[in-house]
Amino acid sequence: MGNLDVAFNDVHVLDRLSEIDSPIRCLDPRAKVIVTMAFLLTVVSFPNREVAELMPLCLYPAVVLAVGRVPASVLGRYLLLASPVAILVGAFNPVFDRHIVFRVGSVAISGGWLSFFSILVRFVLTVSAALLLLACTGYVGVCSALGRLGAPRLLVTQFVLLYRFIFVLSEEGSRMVRAHRLRAPDSRWPAIRVWTSLAGHLLLRAFDRGARLHAAMLSRGFDGFLRTGRSIRWRWTDTLFVSCWCGFFALVRFGHLAERLGRWTLEALS
Amino acid sequence: MHMADALISPAVGGTMWAVSAGLAVHSARKIGPELAERKAPLMGVLGAFVFAAQMINFTIPMTGSSGHLAGGMLLAVLLGPHAAFLVMFSILAVQALFFADGGLLALGCNVFNLGFWPCFVVYPLVFRRLVGASPTRMRLGIGAMLSAILALQLGAFGVVIETRLSGISELPFGTFLLLMQPIHLAIGIVEGIVTAGLIAFVSKARPEILAVAEARQSGGMVSAAPVLAAFGVAAVVTAGLFSWFASTHPDGLEWSLFKVTGATEVAAPSDRVHEIAERVQRKTAILPDYDFARGAEAGEEGGAEGRWPAISAGTSLAGLVGGAMVLVIAGLAGVALRRLRRHDRGS
Repeated sequence: MGNLDVAFNDVHVLDRLSEIDSPIRCLDPRAKVIVTMAFLLTVVSFPNREVAELMPLCLYPAVVLAVGRVPASVLGRYLLLASPVAILVGAFNPVFDRHIVFRVGSVAISGGWLSFFSILVRFVLTVSAALLLLACTGYVGVCSALGRLGAPRLLVTQFVLLYRFIFVLSEEGSRMVRAHRLRAPDSRWPAIRVWTSLAGHLLLRAFDRGARLHAAMLSRGFDGFLRTGRSIRWRWTDTLFVSCWCGFFALVRFGHLAERLGRWTLEALS
Repeated sequence: MHMADALISPAVGGTMWAVSAGLAVHSARKIGPELAERKAPLMGVLGAFVFAAQMINFTIPMTGSSGHLAGGMLLAVLLGPHAAFLVMFSILAVQALFFADGGLLALGCNVFNLGFWPCFVVYPLVFRRLVGASPTRMRLGIGAMLSAILALQLGAFGVVIETRLSGISELPFGTFLLLMQPIHLAIGIVEGIVTAGLIAFVSKARPEILAVAEARQSGGMVSAAPVLAAFGVAAVVTAGLFSWFASTHPDGLEWSLFKVTGATEVAAPSDRVHEIAERVQRKTAILPDYDFARGAEAGEEGGAEGRWPAISAGTSLAGLVGGAMVLVIAGLAGVALRRLRRHDRGS
């Protein structure tokens, strides 16, 4: 349960970052969701051995990080936590693809190593984009954007209620674990038979509390949408934000920016 | 089992997003506003419960790895398939946003692997049939156990297929399968035990919560429409697009023939029956070798291992036409068998 407490605290930390005042916070959440999805599509659309042409896309998370005033240490921590999957799967590429693509001096670079580095770069870019969306928009903002973009109302309600009930469950769970530890200080973990009973009781208690909470929300006029008190209207700044970034992504995808920059640099130096 | 964006292609990610979004819209419509109000607290709480359960990793003995519960079957049994699918969608979205556990673009794939299989395939076709109309505790337990194992196996298989089709990872299909399936079998066994235990507990403490009881009262049957629609979309995309990525290496039979005889085909005997059969096949084969007639000949002249991917409109058309013909034939066969059974019962 210690890990769960830490995890639920992380949820709070990320969501609170969206309350930091910044120019990005003023944008319509829909604009930020659209740009994030366009960014993700651009990243994954490159061929699997492409590394250099992905680099210009680092500009987007770098700008959002700076303008959104998101601490780089928070992003770095989440990248580290999420890295094992991409590294583990990508690490097989150099093993199975040994076809030599080019040489750097005496070092031969195989297609497998190129695709592995490409996976790492994609991983950093895509995870950063997702986390920055949450940090700059907030969970309620993202839910609101999904609802306004056409997601079913029930699904949006479920997103909101899940977020609220995560904390309900964690409080109930902490109380039960504390009660067990006070009664059985010598055993670190309950026996499997006790686990099932604990989990079952946790479920029923959380359900009862959840039902009371939901009734209270309904009696206060809850209709599936959490209102933040800020008026959200699509403005010209949102259109500018979406069009500029989508234009940049298209330029990076089809304009071979890295190659051109490399050529200009070499021509300038020679 | 959560797929990352780094390992997925736009085609696979986009297609699975479309399928999962479509299923979500269908599920929301199926539940309706009145039932939604009654189920909303239970959906929220169960979502939080499964969310927490997914964060608890347990060690799988002798493998050096760990796993976590998926919870799809538990949700399907306690909420019904449509509500369970929406809950799983929300859980995976929160995990992707807050913990980067699974990508945003890969969310469609993750929702399909962890939500579609348990809710729309295993729950109606396996769990409900095993458990029956009046379930005993034993049947509930066995049904939950087997269903959890099967759902996880199908989900893990989905991960392998989607990763291979994306073409980012070089891991061979067989190796990936051998890595994924046994681990998820072990996870499925643990999940089956936990699911069976929780369902037994809830059925004893609060039987009214069980969706089985609710479905019995409302007389509702799970619609096959989302399953059929999902398979229909998958068939069209596989036939029209993924067929280009079929391996150019010889299949198992051709490989074996080559090792034994030195050729991938065996010349047919020159007797009357074989001649007639060959003439009929030549006349009826509108798309020989799964391509336009001109394209097929060019492929043969090009050698055994042609270019990859073999982008060809003829191949796409062959896949779509073949798929449609199989669907019509299977449908007619089903209708004919049904009429035969009704006739037998009548007489």
